[in-house]
Amino acid sequence: MALLELRNVSKEFGAIRALNDVSFTIKPGEIVGLMGDNGAGKSTLVKIMSGIYQPSGGELLFGGERAHIHSPGEARRLGIETVYQDLALADNLTASANIFLGRELKYGFGPFKLLRHRAMNARAVELFAELKSETRADDLVRQMSGGQRQAVAIARTRLTDARLILMDEPTAAISVRQVAEVLGLIHRLRDAGIAVILISHRMPDVFAVCERVIVMRRGSKVADKPVAGSSPEEVTALITGALEAA
Amino acid sequence: MADTVQGFSNVRRTRFWQRGFFASQTAYVLLALIVLVFAMSLASGNFLSPGNISNIVRNFSFIAIATLGITLVIITGGIDLSVGSTMALSATTTSLTMVGLTAAGFYPFPGSQLILALIAGFGTAAIIGFANGFAIAKLKLSPFVTTLGSLSIVRGLTYVATQGRGTAPTGPDKALFLAITSGQVGGIPVSFLYLVALAVLMWLVLNHTAWGRHVYAIGGNEAAGRLTGVPVDRVKIQVYVLCSLAAGFNGIIISGWLGSAPANLAQAYELTIIAAAVIGGANLAGGVGGAAGAIIGCILIEVIRNGLVLARVDPYWQQTLVGCIIVAAVLVDRFRSLRSG
Repeated sequence: MALLELRNVSKEFGAIRALNDVSFTIKPGEIVGLMGDNGAGKSTLVKIMSGIYQPSGGELLFGGERAHIHSPGEARRLGIETVYQDLALADNLTASANIFLGRELKYGFGPFKLLRHRAMNARAVELFAELKSETRADDLVRQMSGGQRQAVAIARTRLTDARLILMDEPTAAISVRQVAEVLGLIHRLRDAGIAVILISHRMPDVFAVCERVIVMRRGSKVADKPVAGSSPEEVTALITGALEAA
Repeated sequence: MADTVQGFSNVRRTRFWQRGFFASQTAYVLLALIVLVFAMSLASGNFLSPGNISNIVRNFSFIAIATLGITLVIITGGIDLSVGSTMALSATTTSLTMVGLTAAGFYPFPGSQLILALIAGFGTAAIIGFANGFAIAKLKLSPFVTTLGSLSIVRGLTYVATQGRGTAPTGPDKALFLAITSGQVGGIPVSFLYLVALAVLMWLVLNHTAWGRHVYAIGGNEAAGRLTGVPVDRVKIQVYVLCSLAAGFNGIIISGWLGSAPANLAQAYELTIIAAAVIGGANLAGGVGGAAGAIIGCILIEVIRNGLVLARVDPYWQQTLVGCIIVAAVLVDRFRSLRSG
C-alpha cells in the first residue's frame, strides 16, 4: 500500500499556476528523487507535503486516508518530517537544543517545568551514533561543518518515528566528502524502513541513492520512472524540455 | 557522560576557555571589572569603604532591574527604547494612585492603598509592554521604530498626567512605600535584594526552561523557531511585557528613593540601560546574553562613574568613558570570534 499519495494536486498563487494536476505515490521505505529546474514547482510541492502551503485543488492521502495538513506541526504528527533547505537551525544553540527545539523534554513541577538536559543530550548522542555522524551533542551549531549541520537537521527528523522524510537540497552547500556522508545517512534511513523524498539539483546524488526519479517541469510532472531504466542524459533532457515526457 | 561516549577521530573538543561562559564577552568584562575594582582600591582608600560600596550597590540597582528586562528583549533580537519613559509613567501612576486614594479617603485596611497603587503602576507597565509586543510580533513593525514611538507617547502621557510637575506618594501608606522601595534589610538596600532575586530567577528561566530556550532560539533563527513549532509571537509579546514590568518596577523603586516621581524621571535612561546590557555581553543581533552579564554591565558603568568621582575627574568625562567601554567591549568580542573562527 502507498504511504503517501498525491491525487491531481494543484496550487495557484494569484495568476500563477505553480502546480498543475500532480499525482504520484510513495511506498514505505522508498527513496524517490524529485528533480526539476528552478521554478518547476519542487519547493511548492515540498511545502504542500510539509504543511506550509495548502493545495488549491486535489487531495493528499497518507497511509490510505485523506489528510489535511494545515501546519508543519500537523505534518510531524502524521509522521512526515522535513529537512529544510536552509536547515532551520539556530546557530547559537547546541546540537541537542536544536534537535529538541519545540519539543523539549521536561521535568514537571506544576506550571514550572525544568529542562532535562542530560536526557536530551543522551538521546542526541544516540541519534548521532545511529546516523554514524561525528557530531557532539553539546557543541554549538555555529561551530559545526556543513555535514554536521546536516546531521543535526536529519537527527531532528529521527526524534519520533517518522515514516516519510522530505529533504530539500540537502547536498547543495556542502563539500564532496560531506555529500558522501549525507548520502550514507539517507541509506541508513531507508534501512530503517523510512521513505525519503530527495529534492536535488545534483544528478549524481539522485542516481547514487534513489530508486525512482520524478521530474517536474513548469508545474507538471513529466516523468516518474525507476532510476535503473533512465540515465542522467535523459533526466537532463526532461528537465530542460528537450524531451517532452518519459 | 556524553563526552566519554563520543570518541571521534577528527572532531576534537574545543578547549574549555573557547566554549561556554569562558568564551563569552561577559567573562572578559567580568575580568575587566575585577581589574578595575582592584586598581580603584589601590588608587583610593575610600573606594572599598562600606559607605561607598553601599552607594555603588544602590546606584546600580537603579538601572539593573530594567537592564535584566531589556536583556531578554535583546536576546530575541529586539530592542526596547521606551524603558526610560515606562519607568517614569509607572512611578507616576503609582504616586498618583496613592494621592488619589488618600484624597478620596479610601483606606479599608493598612497597606490597601499601597497594593492598589502598585497594581496601577505595574498594570501601566504591562499595558505598555503588551502594546509594544503586539505591534512587533503580530503587526510585524520594527522594534526600533515601535519603541521609539512609545518612548515619546509614554513620556508625553507622563507630562499630561502630571502637567509637568512631580508627584509625591502621600497618605497613610507612605512610610510602607518608602520601606519597600528605598529601605534596607540588615544594612543591604532592598532594591539590591530584589535585583539578586530577579537575576537568579531569570538565570533559571533562561537556562533551564523551554521558554528560555525559545527566547534564545528566536534570537538565533526566528524562521527556524516557527518551523519547529516554537510559539514565536507569544514568546515575543511576553518578553516585551516582562521588559516593561522590570522597567516599571525600577521606576517605582527610584521614585521611592527620591521621595517623588518627577515627570522627567529616568529621562534618557534607556541609553544607559542598553549600554549596560551590551557591555555585559548581550548581542544586539540577538541570540546572546544573560542575567549575569546584565548585572556585570551595570556594575561596571557605576564603578567607573564612582571611581571618576573619587579620583576628582571632571564628571563630564563620564559619558565619554562609558562610550569608549561599549566600543571596547564589543571590539574584544569581535577579535576573539575572529581568532576562533
